[in-house]
Amino acid sequence: MVASCLRLERNLRLISKKATGEGLAEAAFDEMNGGPNGSAGVRSAYEGLHRWLGEQSPEFFNTRRSQAELFFRRVGITFAVYGDNETSERLIPFDIIPRVLTKPEWSFLERGLKQRVTALNAFLADIYGPQECIKAGIVPADLIYRNPYYRLEMKDQRVPHDIYVHIAGIDVVRVGPEEFYVLEDNARTPSGVSYMLENREVMMRLFPELFAHHRVAPVENYPDALLATLRSVVPASGNRDPVVALLTPGRYNSAFYEHSFLADKLGVELVEASDLFVQDDIVYMRTTQGPTRVDVIYRRIDDEYLDPLVFRPDSVLGLPGIMGAYKAGNVTLANAVGTGISDDKAVYTYMPEIVRFFTGEDPILQNVPTWRCREPAALSHVLANLSELVVKEVNGSGGYGMLVGPHATRRELDEFSRKLKHAPDNFIAQPTLALSTCPTFVASGVAPRHVDLRPFVLSGADEIRIVPGGLTRVALKEGSLVVNSSQGGGTKDTWVLDA
Amino acid sequence: MRIRIAHQTRYLYDRPVRAMQQVLRLTPRDHDGQHVIAWRLEPSAEGCLVALDDVYGNRCHHFAADHPVSDFSLSVTGEVETQDTAGVVRGTVERFPDLVYLRDTDLTSASEEIRTFARDVAGGAGDPLSALHRLLAATHEEITFDTELTDATTSAADAFAARRGVCQDLTHVFLAAARQLSIPARYVSGYFLRGDGVTQQEAGHAWAEAKVTGLGWVGFDPANCISTTDAHVRVAVGLDYLAAAPIRGSRRGGGNERLDVTLRVDTAQRQTQS
Repeated sequence: MVASCLRLERNLRLISKKATGEGLAEAAFDEMNGGPNGSAGVRSAYEGLHRWLGEQSPEFFNTRRSQAELFFRRVGITFAVYGDNETSERLIPFDIIPRVLTKPEWSFLERGLKQRVTALNAFLADIYGPQECIKAGIVPADLIYRNPYYRLEMKDQRVPHDIYVHIAGIDVVRVGPEEFYVLEDNARTPSGVSYMLENREVMMRLFPELFAHHRVAPVENYPDALLATLRSVVPASGNRDPVVALLTPGRYNSAFYEHSFLADKLGVELVEASDLFVQDDIVYMRTTQGPTRVDVIYRRIDDEYLDPLVFRPDSVLGLPGIMGAYKAGNVTLANAVGTGISDDKAVYTYMPEIVRFFTGEDPILQNVPTWRCREPAALSHVLANLSELVVKEVNGSGGYGMLVGPHATRRELDEFSRKLKHAPDNFIAQPTLALSTCPTFVASGVAPRHVDLRPFVLSGADEIRIVPGGLTRVALKEGSLVVNSSQGGGTKDTWVLDA
Repeated sequence: MRIRIAHQTRYLYDRPVRAMQQVLRLTPRDHDGQHVIAWRLEPSAEGCLVALDDVYGNRCHHFAADHPVSDFSLSVTGEVETQDTAGVVRGTVERFPDLVYLRDTDLTSASEEIRTFARDVAGGAGDPLSALHRLLAATHEEITFDTELTDATTSAADAFAARRGVCQDLTHVFLAAARQLSIPARYVSGYFLRGDGVTQQEAGHAWAEAKVTGLGWVGFDPANCISTTDAHVRVAVGLDYLAAAPIRGSRRGGGNERLDVTLRVDTAQRQTQS
């Protein structure tokens, strides 16, 4: 334990030297220009794009940007913001300068992602089954058993084909030419893939000349890959030609656009719980031709709302009896119930050990170095260096939020210090990472803005599928490290260059 | 003691329901000090009744009817032989390690007020068992029995703030406080034979079990301020009321419903005499 703490500390020093407060953007690795402040010159993958950017007039970009906005308005790609009554739906800003990954970079990420998701699935099958990883001391028992996202209902419950996370959105950040970190594993109902698809479509319409000069790996086969994945996990008792449906909480959900978009692309029914019923532990969908058995449900409803007979009794979004059908093995839910335990922030800190234990290999993708405040040595380190760290709450909804040390006031620091001492188990801490930047159109012209990447990893009974790239999110505010769309983040098209 | 139970839950709907489903935790199991001699569960309507254990090891039935029903009742009748084990519960089905019972749920998470209460009550109690006994007395003392204010969805925090509630609320407060003291604790739903000779009751009973090192699970009944005795018939356990609820149901159609519960808990002996 002492050794690993020391290693963490060294990592922190390396990163925090680059990353204290205001100067983050200058200190960050730039995707186009290489080293901090463009010191390394334009990276080869971006040469064509860089030249092209220089050749166009500002009017050209302005026209194209309004065309892009028009496109998004027309297709109706909007995003509902909770707690914002004035404008309940708005566009997520789209930036027309793509983020580019080279083939070797992508191959590396792809290998790492496959390994990570394989480990996540094996971990879930284990903690809901024989629990070898607890017995071997890889993960502490109390971290699992006391975690509300560990669904007791799933213990010793086999799921079809032993796959739990069919659709994962693994958030990856970059801090250097070869340094990628996994920021979090989204293993519940990750969203955003519709933006990945729409961003590409709008880019191809607006800038066909760019695609003529770059060999950009296609992403439009994502719906086919998703459908193949979902069909591959049909339960043993299911139809030979599996019936798939997408279960949405309804049009008031912030991601409803994506639900209807995906159902349309997949060619499957978009259903709400009221369109379904359960009889003799089998799920049926009401159709104009009468009841149709449903074999695989891509559900975009959280566990807690899924079945009022088992989880929250006040849920009107759920389908009473669906858990009975699930437990009887007559329907596959994607993702499985109980996957939230694997993307919990406290469990995240054990991912390197989890990957090693279940794959027998060293992790290809690194975790962000993280202190578990539950460990006394880590806690005292965190308390002593609070102003340089990011502190995150692990699970639950205590409303404690998150602390970004370098941006926090004295008072916020004191307050967090108190919370940490009061309930150290609830927190982890990480160095403030200098996320890579990518040139982005802002009011003043083109400027570097911090980005992350969410690739979507599909795990089927047959294989793991990943379309090249993913969704690049960009923090539009200068210096901001928060890329979430609810916090004013935007998106970019993500290119993986074939050559 | 031989306890005889007759429990009927009747639903009257404005209009016939089109379909209904219920998850029933209404069947006790045997353990040391509790032997089920006879038990019968009868839905009044035709339907599909399937027995299965839930994750905690409770005997559970799933009932589904998909034809119109406007008057539905569930009848439970049975006879259980019990012995006083001074509250210690052994020979139960255990599916999870004790750690699970340290978990907070929406109904049992401790407010700042309950945290302070737990600390104050347990302060100076040498061992967990005496802390639990103090907690039992203090919960009983602090919260006034009142059937008006709370309902099945009231949390421990809200009941404690109001200082009022029924056996379910007292149990939730006890659980929240015990878990604050790092003592695994769980909700028990069941029946209680009253000591005052009153046999007609309005509802089933609820109490808590806490895990005491060296002793095992021990029953604490804060509504009656006693450890469990041979007057308690233990039916189901869980993290809170929702997990051990005797009936959880859902239906389509039916409009408003009227609920009518009759419960008689008596000694078998007394019944044969009358």
